[in-house]
Amino acid sequence: MSVPRKEAMSEPARTPDGPIEADGIRSYYGRPILKEPVWKVPDVPSYLFLGGLAGASASMASVAELTGHRELVRVGRLAAAGGALASVGALIHDLGRPARFLNMLRVFKPTSPLSVGSWILAPFSGLTSASAGAQLTGVLPAAGRLAGGAAGLLGPAMCTYTAVLLSDTAVPSWHEAYPELPFLFGGSALNSAAGAALVGARPCATRPAIRMGLLGSGLELAASSRMERRLGVVGEPYQRGRAGALLTAARALTVAGAVLSVIGRRSRAASAIAGVAYLAAGACTRFGVFRAGVNSARDPRYVVAPQRDRLRGRGGG
Amino acid sequence: MAECHPVGFQWVIEARNRGAKVIHVDPRFTRTSAMANEYVPLRAGTDIAFLGGLINYVLSNEKDFREYLIAYTNAPAILREEFADTEDLDGLFSGFDPETLSYDPETWAYEGAEAAPAAGRRSDIVGDSPPEHSGPDQYGSGGATIGAKPKVDPSLRHPRCVYQVLKRHFSRYTPELVEEVCGVPPEHFRRVAEAITENSGRERTTAFCYSVGWTQHTVGVQYIRTASILQALLGNIGRPGGGILALRGHASIQGSTDIPTLYNILPGYIPMPLAEHELDLDQFVQEDAGQTGFWGNMRAYLVSMLKAWWGAAAAEDNDFCFDYLPRLTGDHGTYQTVLNQISGECKGYFLVGENPAVGSANAKLQRLGMSNLDWLVVRDLQMIESATFWKDGPEIESGELRTEEIGTEVFFLPAAAHTEKEGAFTNTQRLLQWHHKAVEPPGEARSDLWFFYHLGRVIQRKLEGSSEPRDRPLRELVWDYPCEGEIREPSAEAVLAEINGRGPDGPLSMYTQLADDGSTSCGCWIYCGVYADGHNHAANRQPGSEQSWVAPGWAWAWPDNRRILYNRASADPAGRPWSERKRYIWWSDEQRRWVGADKPDFEPTKAPDYTPEPGAKAQDALAGDNPFIMQTDGRAWLFAPAGLLDGPLPTHYEPHESPVANPLYGQGQNPTRQVFDRKYNRYNPPDGVFPYVFTTYRLTEHHTAGGMSRDLPYLSELQPEFFCEVSPELATERELEHLGWATIVSARTAIEARVLVTDRIRPLRMRGRTVHQVGLPYHWGPNGLSTGDAANELLSVVLDPNVHIQEAKAATCDIVPGRRPRGESLQRYVDSYRRRAGIPEEADR
Amino acid sequence: MSSVYRLSGLLADPAGEAGYRDDHPERVGFFTDTSVCIGCKACEVACKEWNLVPEQGLDLLGQSYDNTGALGADSWRHVAFIEQRVPDPSVTSSGTDLGMPGIGAPEQPAAAEEGSGMRWLMSSDVCKHCTHAACLDVCPTGSLFRTEFGTVVVQEDICNGCGYCIPACPYGVIGQREGDGRAWKCTLCYDRLGDGLEPACAKACPTDSIQFGDLDELRERADRRLAELHQDGVGEARLYGRDPDDGVGGDGAFFLLLDEPEVYGLPPDPVVTTRDLPAMWKHAAAAAASVAATVVLSFLGRRR
Ligand SMILES: Nc1nc2c(c(=O)[nH]1)N[C@H]1C(S)=C(S)[C@@H](COP(=O)(O)OP(=O)(O)OC[C@H]3O[C@@H](n4cnc5c(=O)[nH]c(N)nc54)[C@H](O)[C@@H]3O)O[C@H]1N2
Ligand SMILES: Nc1nc2c(c(=O)[nH]1)N[C@H]1C(S)=C(S)[C@@H](COP(=O)(O)OP(=O)(O)OC[C@H]3O[C@@H](n4cnc5c(=O)[nH]c(N)nc54)[C@H](O)[C@@H]3O)O[C@H]1N2
Ligand code: SF4
Ligand code: SF4
Ligand code: SF4
Ligand code: SF4
Ligand code: SF4
Ligand SMILES: [Mo]
Repeated sequence: MSVPRKEAMSEPARTPDGPIEADGIRSYYGRPILKEPVWKVPDVPSYLFLGGLAGASASMASVAELTGHRELVRVGRLAAAGGALASVGALIHDLGRPARFLNMLRVFKPTSPLSVGSWILAPFSGLTSASAGAQLTGVLPAAGRLAGGAAGLLGPAMCTYTAVLLSDTAVPSWHEAYPELPFLFGGSALNSAAGAALVGARPCATRPAIRMGLLGSGLELAASSRMERRLGVVGEPYQRGRAGALLTAARALTVAGAVLSVIGRRSRAASAIAGVAYLAAGACTRFGVFRAGVNSARDPRYVVAPQRDRLRGRGGG
Repeated sequence: MAECHPVGFQWVIEARNRGAKVIHVDPRFTRTSAMANEYVPLRAGTDIAFLGGLINYVLSNEKDFREYLIAYTNAPAILREEFADTEDLDGLFSGFDPETLSYDPETWAYEGAEAAPAAGRRSDIVGDSPPEHSGPDQYGSGGATIGAKPKVDPSLRHPRCVYQVLKRHFSRYTPELVEEVCGVPPEHFRRVAEAITENSGRERTTAFCYSVGWTQHTVGVQYIRTASILQALLGNIGRPGGGILALRGHASIQGSTDIPTLYNILPGYIPMPLAEHELDLDQFVQEDAGQTGFWGNMRAYLVSMLKAWWGAAAAEDNDFCFDYLPRLTGDHGTYQTVLNQISGECKGYFLVGENPAVGSANAKLQRLGMSNLDWLVVRDLQMIESATFWKDGPEIESGELRTEEIGTEVFFLPAAAHTEKEGAFTNTQRLLQWHHKAVEPPGEARSDLWFFYHLGRVIQRKLEGSSEPRDRPLRELVWDYPCEGEIREPSAEAVLAEINGRGPDGPLSMYTQLADDGSTSCGCWIYCGVYADGHNHAANRQPGSEQSWVAPGWAWAWPDNRRILYNRASADPAGRPWSERKRYIWWSDEQRRWVGADKPDFEPTKAPDYTPEPGAKAQDALAGDNPFIMQTDGRAWLFAPAGLLDGPLPTHYEPHESPVANPLYGQGQNPTRQVFDRKYNRYNPPDGVFPYVFTTYRLTEHHTAGGMSRDLPYLSELQPEFFCEVSPELATERELEHLGWATIVSARTAIEARVLVTDRIRPLRMRGRTVHQVGLPYHWGPNGLSTGDAANELLSVVLDPNVHIQEAKAATCDIVPGRRPRGESLQRYVDSYRRRAGIPEEADR
Repeated sequence: MSSVYRLSGLLADPAGEAGYRDDHPERVGFFTDTSVCIGCKACEVACKEWNLVPEQGLDLLGQSYDNTGALGADSWRHVAFIEQRVPDPSVTSSGTDLGMPGIGAPEQPAAAEEGSGMRWLMSSDVCKHCTHAACLDVCPTGSLFRTEFGTVVVQEDICNGCGYCIPACPYGVIGQREGDGRAWKCTLCYDRLGDGLEPACAKACPTDSIQFGDLDELRERADRRLAELHQDGVGEARLYGRDPDDGVGGDGAFFLLLDEPEVYGLPPDPVVTTRDLPAMWKHAAAAAASVAATVVLSFLGRRR
């Protein structure tokens, strides 16, 4: 996706999900004020989802290691490494070529969440790969454990930095959501990791994962409902159109995953289905949030209305 | 002006910021309107009524600048008893011959004076084959002359004095009539009238700027006359902040009238001799030169020009080769030439920097003419439509022409652009500004100077040894410019030096040095002085901060580096400034000369109280309080006793194609306009089949026929496609959709354009009737990056009689939604319109 | 990059903040006075010519005479055209709401009220060279940098096309070039500044709508011009982006507008997104802690 094409703009103001009425908001021919994110779909939403999955999985694996849940260690390490590598892959695909990813590591820039994120993602993917390699080959198990432990420490950051990545933009529905978005992503990452565990481990070994899924789901649902309530106008894109549908689906899948993970916990098949539901929920969440942001950038109303409110609040304007 | 002269418009903005009031009168709301304090929409083609209303306002409220009027204009002159006005003859002046559709101007003369042009005489051929053989080939551009001093009545009370005649003539131009004709509400009109009169007089001045919105009409010259009358009444000529400024077009278009590419004048506005007349120099000068005023020196100007052309060969005993000059046999204007091509009379054609297949009215006529030639030379920067019409023009598409049947041999010669050569531009302000070469021309591209110089050289070589008398003008032509560099580029400065002229002591510095005895040579008398002291003054670039506000050190203005013409009028008859605020040139008793920031456009030491001896000639015949030194009587003409073919006073006529009848007279249109009702040039009748007015114009983003903009990506993307502009009301009436397609039809053809619905176009309401106008930018054609139909396909050829300019600003059309038919069905489509309108079908289509 | 970098608020000397020595040149910028813009687009063309910006395609947009549409990678100057009906042509200073420029064709015409007129706003938009530039802050590669003149420039050889700067800009200025992937925007003619030349667009502007110079001086000039217009009864004139205490710390390129900013496609109260970055990281850290705690919590208790 790139600069909005001009033809599209000569049409009445529309989000791809349908027209938005003008609501007394003035604009320049209904054109967007902001540039919508140029990040490609599915690359970047996938990257967000996979990063979260990987982060929570890595943490799960290292706690499982400490608590002796060997099967969860295995699933966690593999999910973490798989997720991390796929996440890097998605990012590189979005950038166009690998050198451009390495270019990020030229500098470390604390004001750039993408720089910070790259400095998290790069070691994290290295560490998870090492621990997964050790896991699969049995070579250097101590180093694997060490790497897994370090990855586990980075894991929570992996789950939530992507929220800052989105929020630190002018995109109204992302920026304004910055207090909740990390919790939403964190919660979602937890149940995604739980989902991976439910799919990859035998039912007898998944109990902590089920709990993690339940807690994560709770966190996610709480964060998202608070976010939508608080945001007002810029919360609309989370409820409308395809983004709204994706997020509704995410919630439904989360609930379904949670319920099924409990009532079907003795059945391998049911657990796996619950796991898939969790994973799908995680993906839907990221695609939905991504899309909602894009829509909010596309429609000048979401830029103007809150800013006008703000000015009125200050007695200006 | 903002649209077409954006760089010049910065000064309008500056003036506005200093408190000037800007008024814009235009059928369309344009970028200029956006910057104006007052915008006045009016129906295209009705400015004479609008300006006439202003004149009436000034006269009936006595808002004129009385002292100026009495002293400097011909308001007090008394006219002959035989003169009859349009008010008496239902739209005609006295002297009209319905047979020849032309005027005998005898009755327009002052009482007791005989009228003749100031330079260039009226010829008998007017009667022979009118109206195509009429026009300024009968008059030089110096205006007309009057043989003797007219009788005057300084009290302005004589019923036949110009002032009273003017009053009667314009008394019908009331605010109500202005509304009826122009669609301008009286309230709006009043605001303009007040603004203009409040800003005229001793302390203030008003300027008029116009361009082709005023000229491209069958009454174009009379438009400018109307403004001249108004400005003369208000005392706004020859004074700072006053004047009527023709915002001219192409780069150096002023230069190409000064040193003309026109067929009927020689350099410096000397008329071209006629075939039937003026057999020798003396006769020519006697008949054509004004006896009084600066045209009284025409012989010196002409002889010096002949010396510049034929050098040593031009001598007293051979009339300075006056015989070598070509002679006019009639109208050789561009449109007549095209008709001559179609009829097979004209066989070869040079197109040097012109794209008539897109840019000239009735573009089809142009292409048909060019398809009927033996040879065509196109020198241009781009592969323009006029060079490719034979293989991909609209007639090829429609099947009317077949490439294999077009016999024209087309030579395309790439031209160097202005950045690739040096030379001078002369634009609106009469400034000659030198430009230097920035880069070498690419490939085979050569300057026009290169082309014509080497062409002349080769022809001269071919004629070497010819003993044919007819070859002598060419063989003896002085053609010896020094050439430089690998491509043998002639020196443009050498040409400038020749134009400036030389005397026995080297370069001349002023036209008053020109002699009629062959001792001086000068290519163009008004340019004399641009190369004074062997220095190229056109290249002067003294920064504004280092000189007076008149800025004489920036380039060089003709004549004699004077920045405001007729500036003697900035002082009162006694030579004192009219006011301190408007001080410009005044008489200094101590220095016994005219002083001020500019050079006086007057003899520098002629005192205000100078009175000519009886029988004095040339400038000596003008008094010290006669500022209009090119006129034979030294006065500004409110009434033109001679010099115009369509009347001594302007009067409102409808455009040739108009949806409304003339509310003033039975005579609807200018009776002397040039009409060519023939195949391929049929006219729309006023019958409702073509109910809308359309006007054509420019966009800032493109240039004229598009050769210089449609091939450039950076300009093309700014206005990517041909469009028409319509009001929301018309869009509703005709179901036109914004950004959809519309087909616009005239008796000539139909074209298509994308639709822009905009409030900037307003329907005009005139006494219970609504007139809709359609706006069409005329830049597009089929070649280049940005393409579209040419607006000129739609226009007919119908011309102003004086200068043969086409009526491109007002015509009628129909507009319907959707794209136009293609191929042969286009002709059938237009035929159906013709049938409905009762126009004969093009027989052999 | 200094770690005590100020992310928002008043900042007198962004170049100094970015580490230039005290003898760096004065901060320069633009004051664009749209009340004298004639919409000639010379600025657009001059910019493209000088900077070799590619053509962006031939599209008739039907937005009055604007066929550029918006600022972007291939248009670093954009002239907006807004057609508005006003109650009376001689009274341009009405405070009435003039409605947003229609999308496409104007609405059904108002009954032809006597003397009703219109106005045509034109305004040349450009990168604001923000005091606190979000684009620069979020750029992970250091491609976007602050020059010694206090302007914000992309280095095309360093940009990796990550696209982060693009949604970060609160004005929607910077864009990604198709087929190239990198981000492009106005450089404030960095190369010309170095040679003591004024930017190409300002040089080409016939009416001085675009005024280039030292920012402090431009601000004073703008204040004078505003007062002048207000005195002349143009009550709707206002400055936009002039104030150093606005959400982006003031624009290096600011404007005099004749209507609300959003009518020109400008955000009414932009804020640099990184103003909230510390809070964002705090929330993210708390959320990360919650994630960690949740994982640990899930493993607590009885092993099966
Ligand atoms: N950007 C640009 N600049 C140019 C040119 C160009 O092509 N592009 N061309 C150059 C040339 S060659 C020329 S001659 C000049 C021409 O300069 P202008 O004369 O300014 O050009 P136009 O746009 O043809 O016409 C001017 C206006 O006349 C209006 N008009 C039409 N009919 C009437 C009428 O009856 N009365 C009045 N009052 N107005 C009327 C039109 O709506 C239009 O707005 O521009 C020069 N400058
Ligand atoms: N409907 C309608 N028709 C009009 C008008 C209108 O208002 N309405 N306006 C009329 C007016 S005022 C004008 S001036 C004409 C203009 O009409 P044209 O003169 O026919 O059109 P241009 O496109 O200006 O053609 C000039 C050509 O000169 C070329 N050129 C540029 N520089 C040089 C050079 O140094 N040497 C040579 N050899 N070629 C060069 C350019 O590439 C270009 O193709 O159109 C007229 N036609
Ligand atoms: S194109 Fe040339 S002549 Fe025309 S306005 Fe621009 S600078 Fe002046
Ligand atoms: S306007 Fe946008 S692109 Fe320009 S400096 Fe500010 S944030 Fe960066
Ligand atoms: S696209 Fe280029 S300039 Fe923009 S943030 Fe990424 S690296 Fe920096
Ligand atoms: S300052 Fe330079 S780069 Fe920026 S818009 Fe102007 S010309 Fe273009
Ligand atoms: S160059 Fe100046 S007047 Fe022309 S559009 Fe740009 S800002 Fe406006
Ligand atoms: Mo012209």
